[in-house]
Amino acid sequence: MNQFNQQLNSGAPNKELHRCWQEQLKSYKKLNPDQANSYRAIVVGTGLAGASASATLAEMGFNVKAFSYHESPRRAHSIAAQGGINAAKNYKKDGDSTMRLFYDTIKGGDFRSREENVYRLAEISKNIIDQCVAQGVPFAREYSGYLDNRSFGGVQVSRTFYARGQTGQQLLLGAYSALSRQQNKGKVQFFQREDMLDIVVDNGKAKGIIARNLISGKVQAHAADVVILATGGYSNVYYLSTNAMASNVTANWRAHKNGAFFANPSFTQIHPTCIPVKNNFQSKLTLMSESLRNHGRVWVPKKKSDSRHPAEIPEEERDYYLERIYPAFGNLVPRDVASRRAKEVCDEGRGVGKTGLAVYLDFKKAIEDHGEKFIKEKYGNLFDMYQNITNENPYKTPMKIYPAVHYTMGGLWVDYNLMTTIEGLFSIGESNFSDHGANRLGASALMQGLADGYFVAPHSVMNYLASNSPDNNEKMLEREAFAQKIIEVEKNILDIMNVQGDLTVDEIHRELGKVVWDNIGMSRSEKGLREALEIIPQIREKFNTRLMVPGDKNGPNPELEKALRLKDFIELAELMALDALDRKESCGAHFREEYQTEENEAKRNDSEYAYVAAWEHQKDGRPCLHKETLRFQNVKLKTRSYK
Amino acid sequence: MNINLNIWRQTKESTAGKFVRYRLENIDPNISFLEMLDILNNKLIKEKQEPVVFDHDCREGICGSCGFMINGQPHGPQKATTVCQLHMRAFQNEDELTLEPFRAASFPVIKDLSVDRRSFDRIILSGGYVDINTGEAPEANLIKVPKTNADEAFLSAACIGCGACVAACKNSSAMLFTSSKISHLSLLPQGKKEAKERVLKMVATMDDEGFGSCTNTGACSAECPKEISQANIVRLNKELIKSVID
Repeated sequence: MNQFNQQLNSGAPNKELHRCWQEQLKSYKKLNPDQANSYRAIVVGTGLAGASASATLAEMGFNVKAFSYHESPRRAHSIAAQGGINAAKNYKKDGDSTMRLFYDTIKGGDFRSREENVYRLAEISKNIIDQCVAQGVPFAREYSGYLDNRSFGGVQVSRTFYARGQTGQQLLLGAYSALSRQQNKGKVQFFQREDMLDIVVDNGKAKGIIARNLISGKVQAHAADVVILATGGYSNVYYLSTNAMASNVTANWRAHKNGAFFANPSFTQIHPTCIPVKNNFQSKLTLMSESLRNHGRVWVPKKKSDSRHPAEIPEEERDYYLERIYPAFGNLVPRDVASRRAKEVCDEGRGVGKTGLAVYLDFKKAIEDHGEKFIKEKYGNLFDMYQNITNENPYKTPMKIYPAVHYTMGGLWVDYNLMTTIEGLFSIGESNFSDHGANRLGASALMQGLADGYFVAPHSVMNYLASNSPDNNEKMLEREAFAQKIIEVEKNILDIMNVQGDLTVDEIHRELGKVVWDNIGMSRSEKGLREALEIIPQIREKFNTRLMVPGDKNGPNPELEKALRLKDFIELAELMALDALDRKESCGAHFREEYQTEENEAKRNDSEYAYVAAWEHQKDGRPCLHKETLRFQNVKLKTRSYK
Repeated sequence: MNINLNIWRQTKESTAGKFVRYRLENIDPNISFLEMLDILNNKLIKEKQEPVVFDHDCREGICGSCGFMINGQPHGPQKATTVCQLHMRAFQNEDELTLEPFRAASFPVIKDLSVDRRSFDRIILSGGYVDINTGEAPEANLIKVPKTNADEAFLSAACIGCGACVAACKNSSAMLFTSSKISHLSLLPQGKKEAKERVLKMVATMDDEGFGSCTNTGACSAECPKEISQANIVRLNKELIKSVID
């Protein structure tokens, strides 16, 4: 590993926090709609971040080419977000403010995120709700007709806006409608079922992408003046995760291999409330929204290997361990803490269910206090979903839950303008690393996706374009950089098709997932990480020599799609191990067994590790580490305490 | 449990398809229906055959990607359930299951069980949105919405666009899909301004796309995995009449 080549700078204005974004906006160059009309922007991914950015850029006058591997923007995985979206509206008059949302997010991220970005996010949060309500997003309302709020993990105020357990769906449909409106006006061209397989950098600037049409199999180049990646997270490196089956790292990884730094790859969030794994054929995991912890109580039996039915375990023999260890926050501690404690009680042998890898989430008290109708109204669809998957009725028997991979805080390194280290390549939403530090708080992903898409990237992209004259798009495709990339992508596809071995993509992926989950999952150690670094190359070798992809590359071929994605996941897994190994401290979701307090809490090392680790790809395969030192001028670094 | 499958295999839109029979033994009743297909596909790949192509993504019943017919029912036999949320315990040992794509002229077959539902997007494109600019919006709580309206609007907006309603309908009508969007927006003050234009445009697009007429049999609503109510169709017709009379 090469080290310390370059100290990265976020480029945030050196102003008081609350003036940063306003000053930056003022300093940005502008283009009027007529001028903007001569530029083209490529947006890859049309989930919350991508759809909202495409709609806003089109509104400003730019011509947008939006790409998705789905048939419709409405299929993006943002749709599965259940719980809600945070905003510092302070409608409840419970003392919420921009400063408080900022502080909660910085603290929740265990002081590993950039102050200026997080403050901007908190500031913008209010506008997001305005925008979404104007679009007709049917948020939950009180009988007064005003918007309703609920509380969420890691905070003590009620600032989460929601639409039952389907907030992501409603917000995505809102962004999709804004996108459709622009598409109808001819400002957005939507490319459906086009899978981005590489990025084109010409003379140091991002100028286009290479995509494979998933119906015809045709590989084609697309050119523009700027490229915006809104391509989501990489939780599927673990094989089993709560992400949709197709979610992948390829767009980000290709950007990385073309010069974009990858930041904090090992910061992956393990969500505490998921339905436990039941067997070897399991294809994905299902999240039960964290909002359930508002009314559900987490417990395990006090006794080890207690196989009694939960109803037969009397109150005094139950350990409500979160309420016991964290009296102030109780069941509402942040995700990383709740997950780790669940693992801990299961490791002690007090886990429940057939596998012993589950804890109870019990609604008995809430049903007694508020009635079944109330619980049904709040969580009806989640309870139905649980019952359908497990065949158990959570109104009668406590839910069984266990942590699962859910979100990746790591992603492409971006500056304050959300631009990567490749000029003209922006990264927004979950695909960048910027706002959540080492742990994301609940109901913050939707907030960040929409903040980036509606309110940040469109302005910074305009600023970038205003300093660059529009390129002739048709002529661009004839350039060497484009031709070269098409050849590379086609060769990669051929190589994969030609192996014709004996293992399916899923078999190899499952093997990779197990290594990553065991060694770069909820807890990490030097020994485990070194082991992972030995096994992953063996898996890569298997991929190269024993993979079996049937069928034709010139037509719909889901196995080929999966294989292309797995190839990049294998490479990413190695970088995750390197990153986790480098960070000799515990912080947020990154828990190194060697660095913990006597009470088994994460032990940060602020003097040596208060930095963003940004990795640069090197031709020799040994990534080079660059650091962005995090400066905290507005918050005092302290040990997170939820007691 | 053992399962016998008759699956529609079709290479592309322009070629003829046929049913092919497969048998799977010792299937765990607790796995999901799509996991059962994963097992079949894994087996086919090992035998160097092409796996069965079917649409799916979130496997949580919300993205609307999945959907095909099982024994003539969209998403299979379980009420209010997408096929990705269906589990093998819904079937009996040695059951004969026929799997075929959603059949509708407006949903051309892509391959095997996968169909192209872009006609739905084109209906939305023609007016399924509130006509406001992105970037600037008034303070959210200036718009008061009665809770009952907000709740009703949510129930309409919960449509996942899977196409089961069209597949269930003898006329392949898209009325339930279209009406759910029209209801969602007509129930809210935000959507009032373009209400008249919206219903006319969306209904016209629906017809242009080749979807059939609605005869109110209610098959759509009965098969809808999100239980979108037929009341939406009534609201669409009300909006349509209003737009003509006004």
